[in-house]
Order: sequence, then C-alpha cells, then structure tokens
Amino acid sequence: MSKAIVEIKQVSKTYTRGKQKVEVLTALDLEVAKGDFLALMGPSGSGKTTLLNLIGGLDQPTAGQVLVDGQRIDNLGSSALAAWRARHVGFVFQFYNLMPMLTAQKNVELPLLLTNLSGAERAQRARIALTVVGLADRASHKPNELSGGQAQRVAIARALVADPTLLVCDEPTGDLDRRTADEILGLLQTLNREHGKTIIMVTHDPKAAEYATHQVHMDKGAVAIGEVP
Amino acid sequence: MKQIFAIIWMNLRAVPQRAGSSLVIVIGIAGVVAVLVALLAMAQGFGATLKATGKADRVMFLSAGVTAELSSVLVPDIVPVLRELPGIVRDADGRPLASAEVVVITELRRGNGAQRADVNVSLRGVEPAGLKLRPEVRLVEGRWFTPGLREITVGQSAARQFEGVKLGATLKFRGSEWTVVGTFVSDGDAHESELWTDADTARSAFGRGSSASSLVAQMASATAIDTIKAAVKADPRLQVDAMPELEYFASQSKQFTEQIGLLTGVVAAIMAIGALFGALNSMYSAVSTRQVEIATLRAIGFGGLPVVLSVLAEAMLLALAGGVLGGLIAYVLFNNMSVSTLGSNFTQVAFNFAVTPALMEKGLSWALAIGLLGGLPPALKAARQPVVEALRAK
Repeated sequence: MSKAIVEIKQVSKTYTRGKQKVEVLTALDLEVAKGDFLALMGPSGSGKTTLLNLIGGLDQPTAGQVLVDGQRIDNLGSSALAAWRARHVGFVFQFYNLMPMLTAQKNVELPLLLTNLSGAERAQRARIALTVVGLADRASHKPNELSGGQAQRVAIARALVADPTLLVCDEPTGDLDRRTADEILGLLQTLNREHGKTIIMVTHDPKAAEYATHQVHMDKGAVAIGEVP
Repeated sequence: MKQIFAIIWMNLRAVPQRAGSSLVIVIGIAGVVAVLVALLAMAQGFGATLKATGKADRVMFLSAGVTAELSSVLVPDIVPVLRELPGIVRDADGRPLASAEVVVITELRRGNGAQRADVNVSLRGVEPAGLKLRPEVRLVEGRWFTPGLREITVGQSAARQFEGVKLGATLKFRGSEWTVVGTFVSDGDAHESELWTDADTARSAFGRGSSASSLVAQMASATAIDTIKAAVKADPRLQVDAMPELEYFASQSKQFTEQIGLLTGVVAAIMAIGALFGALNSMYSAVSTRQVEIATLRAIGFGGLPVVLSVLAEAMLLALAGGVLGGLIAYVLFNNMSVSTLGSNFTQVAFNFAVTPALMEKGLSWALAIGLLGGLPPALKAARQPVVEALRAK
C-alpha cells in the first residue's frame, strides 16, 4: 500500500439531539492511500456520510484526529477549514448542487474565484475541466437545460477544476438511472485510473461500489469489513 | 474581493425568481417612504412659506407679551414715538419708512363639496410706506387699492384658494362691500394669503379707532435692532416688543413644524416597524430558499462574509428600490400641491408641499436603514448555519 493520504485516528463523533446524545462514530481508525478509489458502504445510520464529512472538512470530530496529506484538520477553525477545503477537496453531491442562475462554465469556474487566477485563466481551466467530463459543448447551458447525468458531470468538473487532493462524493449516482449512473461511475473510474485522483465515495449501491478500488463497509459507527479489493 | 462580488452578483441575479417576497419588501418600504416624504414635504412647505416672509433688516413692533399680530394692540399715543426711534430709515421726504398696520379676520369660502368650509382670512390695512418698505410685494394684475375707498388688492394665493376672490368681484365683510381691484405677489410668502387695503379705511370699517396691530419699519441695517431694543427698554411708555420681522414669521411656523415633525416621526416609525418585519420575513424566506446553495458555496470554500454581504446586498437593493418608488410617489402626488392651513394668527396660510432633494435623501436613508435591519439577522443566520445541516435540507 502506498502512502496514506487520509488518516483517521480514533475518531468519535457524537451529536446532541435535544437531551439525547447519539454516538455516530466510535473510536474509528481508517487509512486511505494516495490514488485510491474508496467506496464507503453501509446501511442508513451507519455513519458513512458523517465520516465523509469529517474527511472533507465539513464537520469536526468530537474526539480523535483527522489527517489529510499529513496535515491535521480536526483542530482548524471554521475559516481556516473553509480555506483548506478550497485548496484540497472537491465535492460531488447527490443532487449536484449547481447554482441555478449560472451557466455550466460559470458553475465550474466558481472554486477558481478563491484562487489568484485571472478571469481568462479561470475560463480556460473551466473549459478544460468540462472537456475532461465530456461536456465542452454544453458550457453555455444553465443547470435546468441539462439532464441529470449532464448536471452531475458539470458538478464533477467543478470538483476537479481546482485540482484538489481529494474528490469526495456523497451518493453521486443516487439520483440517476442505471445507465447514466454507470456513465458517471465510469467517469470517476477514469479520473482515478488515468488522472491519479484519490476518490472517496459514499454509496448504497453495491454495483456502484464495484467501480472502486477498495470498499469499506460500515455498521453502527465502526468499520465492519474493510479494504475489500 | 472578486469572490464577494461574484457571490453578490450571483445572488442578485436570482432575485427575480423570488419576485413575490421581494415585492413585499419593495412595497412595504415604498409606503413608509412615501408617507414620510409627504408629511415632511408639508412641514417643509409651510415652514418655507413663513420663513420666506419678512426680512432681517425690518423691525416689527407688537404690544408687549403677545405672540401674534392679531392679538396685538398698539395704542395711538405710542405709534409716533416708535416711528421716531433711532435706527429707522427715512424716505426722500424725511418721513420714517414705517407702516402702522391693522390686521382683522374676515371669512371666505374655500373648497367644494364635503370639503367646502368658511375659513378665516387676514385682511391687512397698510399705510403707503408699507408698500414702499416691502420691495418684494409686486402688483401682477389690476391696481392698488385707493385710500378712503372700500377696495382691496389680494394676494395671489388667496385669489387661487378662496372662492369669489377675483378681479372686479365684490366681497362682503361685516355688512360692508369691498371690491377686488388687483392681485399682488410677494415671493410666495405668507402675505400672499392676505387681502390688503388702506390702513385708515380698514380701521374705520372694522371699528378700530386709531390703534394699530403692529408697526413695521425699515432699519438702516439688521444690526440696528439692538439700538432699537435698547431705546424701547429705556422708554417706560413703550410697552412693546421689537423684533426682526424675519424672526417673527419664523416663530409663527415653529409650532406647526414641530407638531408635523412629531406626527411624521410617529406615523413613519409605526409603518417602518411593519415594513421591517415584512423585510425580515422575506429575507428569512429568501435565505431558506437559498440554504442548499449557500451551504454548497461554503463547502467549496467560500467564507461567511461573502454570504452575509450577498444577503445584505439583496435586502439593501430591494429597500433602495422601495425608497426610490416611495419618493417618486410622494413627488408625483404631492410636490407643489397647494394647500392652506390655519396659521397661528387663526387665519389661513396657503403653501405648497415641497419635496426637496434633502427630503428624498431622508426617505432613502430610512429605506436603507430598514433594508439593513431587515437583512442583517437573516444574513447572519445564513452564514452561521452549519454546512452539513444545510446541505441535508432539501
């Protein structure tokens, strides 16, 4: 196994709902190697999305350490964490989460607004990212003029465009039919194999998980079966 | 900076999609601003009319302690003494440039239908010097009254506002008939709401003996008022108050302006509170509609500040639109609208609503303040909401 890019050390996460405390993750350990395509599987409530949010720096653990590329992110403040996300993580959501009033091109350019790139450079990078996902000809379309599969491709282009350390995908095919889902998963697989992108994907779907290089099955806040090749 | 502008611009482009709730803000604020500007324009117009009346270098004498010309009586003995006071200018013939005047209340009709009413109008008896020392008073139609005849020359506002006051008409006051022989203007001041005649004719017609209501005189300069006041104080016969004419008319508008100011403040504040809650409600709903969008931006790495500013920009822009709309409504409906009201002489003073740039500015600052207060709490809520929770909302 090559160098771990994500290290989860004794991570616990507890939510407080009213007076009740719900422990979602319990002293969890996990490593993801650079260049992996990891599928996080498990029933609802197993803690897989919570784990994904911790890795993506959207949430912070109650205890334990989260390291990405050697840097601890569990102790960063919220603005430092936002800046960290901008540099290191590309997100792909189940419902694409594109900005409805922006064209595909402008949606893809969004993360680049947080860099020092000029307008022309941003436009060029966004065009490249759209080409990679096969949607160069849809650059001027708005999200409501795109099919679900196309919208998810735009979202993947947006996640890629700033060349992040990690791609974090939460049920990326959950809203798509089988054929479109296979296309999207094929695209993720290509990004992993040919562009060396490290991808962590939460999914319910065993067929989707087959595209990954590794699978981790979670249950009740812990790893049930890990590292299925 | 560019991320802030990008997010603000992106949000503003989405505003038309929330047209309904956006309109609540615009219309609510337009109402506040229209009422505020209209009421202030009324106070402004009334104040401007009275403040434009009188000059700083003319002195006005009233009997001691009274606040209005109508309740003042200058007994015949002291009038010649007042005319001869130091500091009062003399004309080419060596006579003091001073006019002992009589003011009486007359009744005229105003308005139509249900608003029709008998109102009090000032009739002023002036001496020949009274016309000489008021260069702003100019005849625009007909001629001046002839001393000894029951003739009146009327102010232009009076001619416009009150029924039957036109050239050649005959008006009946206390059983005697008066002919309108001319119309004068006076730079739009309070005298334009009056009817003028010869002082002696007025005194005899209204049974005033030889007394006067006031004495107006031209001073050598505005500073001569101190000499005159000192001379009045030194002479125990003179139970009178001397003040610059300008000061007298300014004091007449003070109470009205203050009352209107209070009324305006109360009405505008109540409406503003309503508009504020409307704005809060609309902005909370806008933020809630955008919840996932905002959470996505924050996940990508945008900070809280652009989010706060984008929500505020939306609220402020809508408020500005409301402010401009309200200002325009007030301007179109009320600017230069001519009305008259009871001045403190218990007589009508006609004036025009004045929607000035300063009032527009005041209206717009109220609008922006409502926008800011209505936008800030939702903006902060949007920025503070945990990203993970907001992403889950659908």
